[in-house]
Amino acid sequence: MKNETPRYSAFSLARRGLSGKPWPPAWRAHELRPSYDVVIIGGGVHGLATAHYLAANHDITNVAVLDKGYIGGGGSGRNTAILRSNYLTPEGIAFYDRSLTLYRHLAADLNFNVMFSQRGHMTLAHNDSSLRTMRWRAEVNKLCGVDSDVIDPNEIAKLVPRMDVSSEARYPILGALWHPPGGIIRHDAVVWGYARGADRRGVHIHQNTEVVGVDAIDDRVTGVRTSRGPVSASVVVNCTAGWSSLVSDMAGVEMPVQTFPLQAAVTEPVQPFLDPVVVSGTLHVYVSQTDRGELVFGASVDPFPSYSTGGSLEFIEGLAGHVLQLMPSLHRLRLLRQWAGLCDMTPDYSPIMGLTPVDGFYVDVGWGTYGFKAGPVSGEQMAACIATGRTPELIAPFSLSRFADGHLVGEKGAAAVGH
Amino acid sequence: MITLPCPWCGPRNVTEFAYGGETVARPDAATVTPAEWRAYLYVRANPAGPVTETWLHRAGCRRYLVVERDTTSNEVLAVRRAGRAAKTPTGQHP
Repeated sequence: MKNETPRYSAFSLARRGLSGKPWPPAWRAHELRPSYDVVIIGGGVHGLATAHYLAANHDITNVAVLDKGYIGGGGSGRNTAILRSNYLTPEGIAFYDRSLTLYRHLAADLNFNVMFSQRGHMTLAHNDSSLRTMRWRAEVNKLCGVDSDVIDPNEIAKLVPRMDVSSEARYPILGALWHPPGGIIRHDAVVWGYARGADRRGVHIHQNTEVVGVDAIDDRVTGVRTSRGPVSASVVVNCTAGWSSLVSDMAGVEMPVQTFPLQAAVTEPVQPFLDPVVVSGTLHVYVSQTDRGELVFGASVDPFPSYSTGGSLEFIEGLAGHVLQLMPSLHRLRLLRQWAGLCDMTPDYSPIMGLTPVDGFYVDVGWGTYGFKAGPVSGEQMAACIATGRTPELIAPFSLSRFADGHLVGEKGAAAVGH
Repeated sequence: MITLPCPWCGPRNVTEFAYGGETVARPDAATVTPAEWRAYLYVRANPAGPVTETWLHRAGCRRYLVVERDTTSNEVLAVRRAGRAAKTPTGQHP
């Protein structure tokens, strides 16, 4: 059954507004079927994008997306919505650049306004070694066709007038990696857009449906057990974040993953003054201003693993101090709230995607602190992987077997703080 | 978790400590297989619940301690000096 969702447009908005007819829901609730072709665990941007591209690109529509809470309630709703593709390794750059391309066309593809604002992404260098890494990254980026360059403090001051670029600062700014295609997006809209796209093609989205077990016979997946009953399926995809190792354990697949909370905070809204996204690896902070005028602050993961999403005073203290070192004029701004999301960190700061030793059990995990910006490309490639049963070239470097083979994809320098 | 009870110094702010990771036994380098070595290097239990781990009181006595902690609440269940039997957080250490 296809959903009769009307196309969103200025015309349909005017017609609905004048007629007073209510909008149909963008995605619907369904009875849980006893069997699906594909069961996707986790209703975040990765899970929903995988479902959407399975239906849109491969015509596989007998698909269920299961989430133990509500869709987009995990990492997809807790990130700082920053997009960029200026990574360090050619594998990482090719992958994230495809994601950025998909994001650029997402509003048109999904017929859903995802509010992507390509305002530029700036990573500051406070010492010679980080400036050297910036140059390295810029040159690798350029060779891979990604717009990226090193700029000096005068150019930084022009782009961000409030920044303290003087030599008096505690950590003087020597330069920055400037990446014009980077920017921010409305993260909830991305989740909702993919949910609507998947739903209208026949995918079932089941919220408040927790997976409590994954069944496998002779290393071949047969289905999952959920809080609403068992579901048989020959393909099960783990698209969870912080719980990815626990879900994989259910299928008997060991994951080199540790769960760390990542905290973020937002201030009261003020007049627009900050255009680009500003990141400082040395000060462990990144700052962007939303369309509503709030400043969004983020940092690196907490110093020890945990499944607790409680915020800490140490984080806020450190964050405030570091932000004020960059932009002293913000000292009177008040924080509105802080929150945490759970990140599944891998040893090399790259994801784990594709096939596992258990036949039919696929993973799209290990996304650490950089999963949101990879949502569309992960969905597209995982859908291709599931539809063909083969690992697409773009995600081949991120296989689970790399930890046994020793072929790690070291992205720590470009992924640890540089959201 | 705001404080960690150091067996030598008493309850101290967690920012004084460095996290050392889950306590795992190092395999014998002479007999270990590549798969066991990979597991030792990379695979951790990562439980949502009690876990036993090593910490260093970096900005304090600079000694190692073994902490049992619930990762869902960050509640400290037991703490002991590295290499000694566990004591409850409030219990006196011999």
